[in-house]
Amino acid sequence: MSEMNQPTPASELDTEHWLHMYEQMVKIRAFEEAANDLYTSAKMPGIAHLYIGEEAIAVGICEALRRDDYITSTHRGHGHCLAKGADLDRMFAELLGKEAGYCRGKGGSMHIADQETGNLGANAIVGGSAGIATGAALSAKMRGTEQVAVCFFGDGALGQGLFYESVNMAQLWKLPVIYVCENNQYGEYTHNSKTAAGSLVGRAAGFGIHAVAIDGQDILAVHRTARIVIERARTGGGPAFLVCNTYRFRGHHVGDIDRPYRSREEEAQWAKRDPLKLLEAWLLKSNQVEAQVFQRIERDVRAAVEAAVAFALDAPYPSESEVDRHVYA
Amino acid sequence: MSMPNHRPQVVYSPAIQAADVRGITFGQAIREAIAEEMERDEHVFVVGEDVAQAGSVFKVLVGLLDEFGPARVIDSPISEAGIAGIGVGAAITGMRPIVDIMFGDFTTLVMDQLINQAAKTHYMSGGKLTVPMVLRTTLGASRRSAAQHSQSLHALFSHIPGLKVAVPATPYDAKGLMKSAIRDENPVVIFEDKMLYQQKGPVPEEEYTLPLGQADVKRSGEDITIIATSSMVYVALEAAEQLAAAGISAEVIDPRTTVPLDRETLIQSAKKTSRALVVDEGYQQYGVTGEIAATIAEGAFYYLDAPVKRIGAMNVPVPFSPSLEDLTIPSAEQIVETVKSVTGTGP
Repeated sequence: MSEMNQPTPASELDTEHWLHMYEQMVKIRAFEEAANDLYTSAKMPGIAHLYIGEEAIAVGICEALRRDDYITSTHRGHGHCLAKGADLDRMFAELLGKEAGYCRGKGGSMHIADQETGNLGANAIVGGSAGIATGAALSAKMRGTEQVAVCFFGDGALGQGLFYESVNMAQLWKLPVIYVCENNQYGEYTHNSKTAAGSLVGRAAGFGIHAVAIDGQDILAVHRTARIVIERARTGGGPAFLVCNTYRFRGHHVGDIDRPYRSREEEAQWAKRDPLKLLEAWLLKSNQVEAQVFQRIERDVRAAVEAAVAFALDAPYPSESEVDRHVYA
Repeated sequence: MSMPNHRPQVVYSPAIQAADVRGITFGQAIREAIAEEMERDEHVFVVGEDVAQAGSVFKVLVGLLDEFGPARVIDSPISEAGIAGIGVGAAITGMRPIVDIMFGDFTTLVMDQLINQAAKTHYMSGGKLTVPMVLRTTLGASRRSAAQHSQSLHALFSHIPGLKVAVPATPYDAKGLMKSAIRDENPVVIFEDKMLYQQKGPVPEEEYTLPLGQADVKRSGEDITIIATSSMVYVALEAAEQLAAAGISAEVIDPRTTVPLDRETLIQSAKKTSRALVVDEGYQQYGVTGEIAATIAEGAFYYLDAPVKRIGAMNVPVPFSPSLEDLTIPSAEQIVETVKSVTGTGP
């Protein structure tokens, strides 16, 4: 970060702001646990890819964005959508294929889009949105809106060529786009030591794009870095590439419960670095917040999640007339 | 077959013949359409390989850079998937990109961005997001360019719900369809036959657009309906002239867009003539000819006096050698022979 302007240290943000981020992370955690319950109780069609363990990345970055800034998301995208401001009710409704969902039940878990919050859609083609986010950034630049686009993707997407084409153009044209690689170590069931040569963050060097690897479990680090690179992009400084090292606490999807491709010891090591616990510990240690506050937040969030699940379960399915609507605008 | 003595006079579409209308080339018509729309709407821009300084490899876009500047006429790297993706993202967020893919053969590199992204975004978002993007590219063999610069791949995209596909044949159609495509809220793929760029035809000076999904009767006739797309329209018109000399009156219809397809016009014509032949330069197997032939068989079966016939490109990679390449493309002679075989006047 040495070439950057001196940032405002994240620790100087007020306590309310950090508590809001904590609440957002709890919301994602509780949402994902409820989604898992809906799957195991056979109330949710299809499957879902849970974001548990990676919450600090979505929240740390989206909290540095304006509401009209853009994001693109992935199949593991519930966290990004919620962090950008999506409602619990309509999120659950979409997961259950209900008409009240963000996509009228036609997108599902892997395709939630919400233009009100700048969410250009989650993508089930790994790395499929690198071009879309870059195009949104070009569009923002052409329209002179000072919006920034964030492209979230997993380490698996680095195996696809579109990313490299997009980064090249973003850097050539100094586009306001941040590529956020959530390196959760595994592409489906294969560790990236078997699929990625060299270093992940080093991939950006050839393009001359600003790149940094950070601890994705530490929301202070994520948010602080995000504020710097986003502000830089917004003011014409060009794109950045962040590799956020993290871990998928659950399986590839809700049905991946045995996880034979990795050890329980490895999982236990990462569980010690739970992003919610790390922020909680820091706020306690710095005497900013008392323990009851966290309990209250958790209680309130879980009540809201419970109500949203009930809303979604009661909501009607789309009428048959929806099936061929919206093929063309 | 019995031939009536008094035939109505052949009528040609104004896209083929029009008195007191200036003539310009297909390439000029495309350029005019893009320039007019860029003038009209500041959100329209062009991105692609060699589109700006070089004015595209076929020189169709020469002058646009001077007129609109490098911010709106953008030379890109050789990154077909990347620019298609950028087009989708720009379109979703309020721009109207024209993504230029130099050769239709290179659209294989943008398949995911077109098929999984552009075509599905509106539907998957429950109608909230739209992708008003144009992807212009080429089709057509006979430039002696071999198998990777000669294909006509419009059927691939016509298969995908959510995409519209235009295959203009004349300068008039090219301009009107391009303008409509740019204004359309959906992703539209326009295939321009690279052999047509120098083809001249009547194009009014006044502003006009043509709806996507409206076939055009290029030549009226009574005995058989020949449905032809893109440059095959000219091959069909040439065949129609030869057939007229043999006393057979062929109607030539150009669907102009394969999606949406103006099924009604095709079916009505087949009902009138009771015979139909479909000609298209895409590979014949699983192609546009099959879809249109089935449409007529379903819609006009009880009016037909003969099986619906079709001629597509041969199901082989396009060969380099001129003596071989010419064999793979539908020809006027093939059309004449086929028509004679179904009108009972052939061998």
